Amino acid sequence: MSEAIKDLLYRIADDELILGHRGSELTGLGPILEEDIAFSSIAQDQIGHALANYTILHEQFGEPEPDSIAFARGERLYKNSQFVELPIGEYDFSLMRHFLFDHSESCRYELLQSSSFTPLAALAKKIKGELKYHTLHADLWIAKLGNATEESHARMQSALNEAMPYALGIFEPSDYEGELIANGTFVGEKKLQAVWLERIMPVIERAHLALPDLSKIEPKFGGRHGYHTEYLLPLLDEMSEVYRFDSAAVW
Amino acid sequence: MTNIKEYIYNRLERVMDPEIPTLSVVDLGMITDVIASNDSVTVKFLPTFVACPATSVIRSNIKETLEQSGIPNVNVELENRFSWSSDRVTERGKQLLEKFGLGAPATITDALDLVQIESSKCPHCGSENTTMRSLFGSTLCRSIHYCNDCRQSFERFKPL
Repeated sequence: MSEAIKDLLYRIADDELILGHRGSELTGLGPILEEDIAFSSIAQDQIGHALANYTILHEQFGEPEPDSIAFARGERLYKNSQFVELPIGEYDFSLMRHFLFDHSESCRYELLQSSSFTPLAALAKKIKGELKYHTLHADLWIAKLGNATEESHARMQSALNEAMPYALGIFEPSDYEGELIANGTFVGEKKLQAVWLERIMPVIERAHLALPDLSKIEPKFGGRHGYHTEYLLPLLDEMSEVYRFDSAAVW
Repeated sequence: MTNIKEYIYNRLERVMDPEIPTLSVVDLGMITDVIASNDSVTVKFLPTFVACPATSVIRSNIKETLEQSGIPNVNVELENRFSWSSDRVTERGKQLLEKFGLGAPATITDALDLVQIESSKCPHCGSENTTMRSLFGSTLCRSIHYCNDCRQSFERFKPL
């Protein structure tokens, strides 16, 4: 059982860490000051949530200290979806990823509030309010830009089309789905995807965007099993530079 | 024993949030219990935002302040029976926030929604005629608003 829960924790935390790092790359680059602050704040939250999950891994399962988990693993050991490692691109792509990913995260934690694995259930309850700010932020901007000008609408639509195969990759089944479901740890990726779709659809409609035909999309799987795009390794190199230079460095 | 507890709470009112230096950990609702025994004191401590960078500083300030007040063997333990909510900020704390220039968090009725997040009273003139500018502000616990009456921007301590 513990292998199944560990795998789940790594998926959740690695997504948060890597997307948190990507979000921090927008610090100083946001299209307006408020968005600069928003992406930076959300990044800070995400890295904090990753730390909380790495701490559970360390304390409950005897995995290494959070810092070594975050910075000293090989690329193949990261269980994040490929979606979160893609470069920030233009603001339209980053915003669309923030919208699609953060809703999946928020739905995941909502479902985990009743998990039989109590440390994760407690964390899920604790951060639900914080995640509400993330999804409200994304919803406001998706609706605003979807309805603003011809160009903003076209950009949001193409960002949605581009992001969707990767967003579906978030729900790549693990090798432990049956075990997690039977044990009451988690309802599983398939169910999560259905809940997520129901959650994002009203916003997509409000933004007058067209959801691509999901049945014709090949989801970008692999990340959950350690197969990543060319973009993860350079990110890890940069993120762990200080740690590799001096693993005992303190601020 | 009650006197010791009172004394400790009194001392804890001197431990301030580094980001809002007029607000103590007691006013923020971060202290959930104080357990005093013959040879040690345990303070139960509830962190606010998960990623708040001030948490570890506050934790060590609690220990340091009590030890400087002559209380030996202070343990600051994380409260894990429940989570923090802005509803734990005391009435006095809310007044202090406004005095400091920050809007106070609304009491959360039922579940947190956009209306509660958007509507803030202006801490400068008291007007309710305000507009939310951004869900995120200069720290994790603040959002940015604008008062349509006194025409000032202000930050608000987020309801959570």
